[in-house]
Amino acid sequence: MAINIKFSEKTFQNKRREPSECAEIALELRRDVIKSLYLAKSGHSGGSLGTADIFSVLYFGGVMRYRSEEPYWKERDRFVLSAGHLAPILYATLARAGYFEPSELSTLRKYNSRLQGHPGIDHHLPGLETSSGSLGQGISIALGMAMSDKYLDKSDRRVFCLTGDGELQEGICWEAAMCAGHYRLDNLCWIVDSNDCQIDGRVRDVMSIYPLADKFRAFNFEVVEIDAHNYEEILSAFDKFIDYHTHNNGKPFVIIANTFMGKGVSFMHDNYKWHGNPPNEEQTIKALEELGEIVELF
Amino acid sequence: MKKYEIKGNKPTRHGFGEGLVELGERYDNVVVLGTDVTGSVLTSFFQEKFPDRFFSIGIAEQNATTIATGLALSGKIPFFASYSAFTAFRNSDMLRISVAYNNANVKIGGGHSGITVGPDGATHQALEEISFLRTLPNMTVVVPADYEEAKKATIAIGEMAGPAFIRFGRSPVPMFTEKDSHFELGKANVLTEGNDVAIIACGIMVWQSILAAEELYKRKGIKARVINCHTIKPIDVQTIVDAAFECGAIVTAEEHQLHGGLGGAVAEVLAKNYPVPIEFVGVRDTFGESGEPEELMGKFGLTWREIYASALLAIDRRDTNSKSYFNIKDVAHYNE
Repeated sequence: MAINIKFSEKTFQNKRREPSECAEIALELRRDVIKSLYLAKSGHSGGSLGTADIFSVLYFGGVMRYRSEEPYWKERDRFVLSAGHLAPILYATLARAGYFEPSELSTLRKYNSRLQGHPGIDHHLPGLETSSGSLGQGISIALGMAMSDKYLDKSDRRVFCLTGDGELQEGICWEAAMCAGHYRLDNLCWIVDSNDCQIDGRVRDVMSIYPLADKFRAFNFEVVEIDAHNYEEILSAFDKFIDYHTHNNGKPFVIIANTFMGKGVSFMHDNYKWHGNPPNEEQTIKALEELGEIVELF
Repeated sequence: MKKYEIKGNKPTRHGFGEGLVELGERYDNVVVLGTDVTGSVLTSFFQEKFPDRFFSIGIAEQNATTIATGLALSGKIPFFASYSAFTAFRNSDMLRISVAYNNANVKIGGGHSGITVGPDGATHQALEEISFLRTLPNMTVVVPADYEEAKKATIAIGEMAGPAFIRFGRSPVPMFTEKDSHFELGKANVLTEGNDVAIIACGIMVWQSILAAEELYKRKGIKARVINCHTIKPIDVQTIVDAAFECGAIVTAEEHQLHGGLGGAVAEVLAKNYPVPIEFVGVRDTFGESGEPEELMGKFGLTWREIYASALLAIDRRDTNSKSYFNIKDVAHYNE
């Protein structure tokens, strides 16, 4: 038995959407994640599935301003994936946003692919702003971008950055937090994928980062904590950020996005063992069924 | 032989600080990040002149390195500087992934480098940066010899695309290059003509090499070709191979560990293209210690005397086709 993996050709517009539409897109993204990881035979399933709802709102819910047909558009908002191992969900998002053909998702982690195991801009993937993969560095790069926009270009561009929660164990994250508060970077939206999972187990057991919201408040952040599988909450968190930035409230913004690792696939749900593994054939069939696609067997 | 005059002493960090100001005047997108020691590495000159383009990051070199990357990815030309000990090692992962892998247009100043930072002692005497930085893909590495050259090198790395590291020092060192002497990244300068032995040096050891060449001529009639190899990466293959071909014996001299620095780079070039005897002058796999710069240069074997002895050794090896030497204790150590 073998399975026939196909990527749909669907792309999505970026516009204000109803929660049900965001859910529909997130489902497509999750299917892409499962398929590309199955074909890659290695990679990070759990976090990529867990953050799919955030990505669907960020790129397709009218939050970020970008032009996929003009990747280097000067007025674009920028997204930095500090948690570089979540590359599969970013690639799926960029493909569905029209930066490149969704069929290219089948090349993830393969020789000569633009879809490197961790994002690498030396491979010239449209829509990718920076290389990342060594944890903690992306948020600090995002800071540099935000400082450039706010203080040097005096532009109203925004910078979005997603880190993991285990990632916050890296000291540089707190250097970045201190600096974001110091420079009042209200054009920076830091999203923490808070799933309490990392490779070795629960974040709270490996090295506790809690209380998290208080830590960010102490660094002068505006903090919002949400259920990041609830589209209304995700949308309203981003709305708040945009509103605060528009009114120059002078504080960096952090969304503590509570997620479940592996969300959408029952056997991966909230299980840290799925941090860094791809599904095998049987698991892929099951996962895709749960995500609304019956795979062709031959 | 061409004579070089000392026109006073000045630290190379002054050249860096003044070079930054000149760059700031020429280009609106040059920005500087401070990591607390602005008055030491003289990024303070830029800060005074262009406060709107200066960001204080605090004692956080890792963050400064990656913020610089973000600025570079936004079309700016960011410089940041601290002591080499912290801008090459504290942040080494950031240099590798964020700066080099992104091929980001970030310029790194490694100040207070080498043994001549003096009394601060081993923790602050970076002696390994050249070795580390030249292994990073995309990275340019420059080690200017004096004040004027440091200024030119600073401007040159600001005007080139891609990441670059410039190494400079704290203590006043002889000024012997001219304002109008030619400086080109990646092109070593031949300072004295000679075909008996070539001395390839960088940083403060260039002046010591000139002294050694004078002594070689005065005492032995040996004409040494002194080459100021200010750019370690990309290395000037042609000038080095020419020197090996025409002199047949090489000495390298650097204020850096013997492993992997300028000497290593020269050896790589010659092993592949034109093997000849090479002797290496540098710090011999040890940490530094407190003391005045001159005392330490003596103790760690970083003076014209070691270069002089090494030149004789290299010549002898060439002429006798011999493989190993134990007769000059200090120098032979590394060849054992």
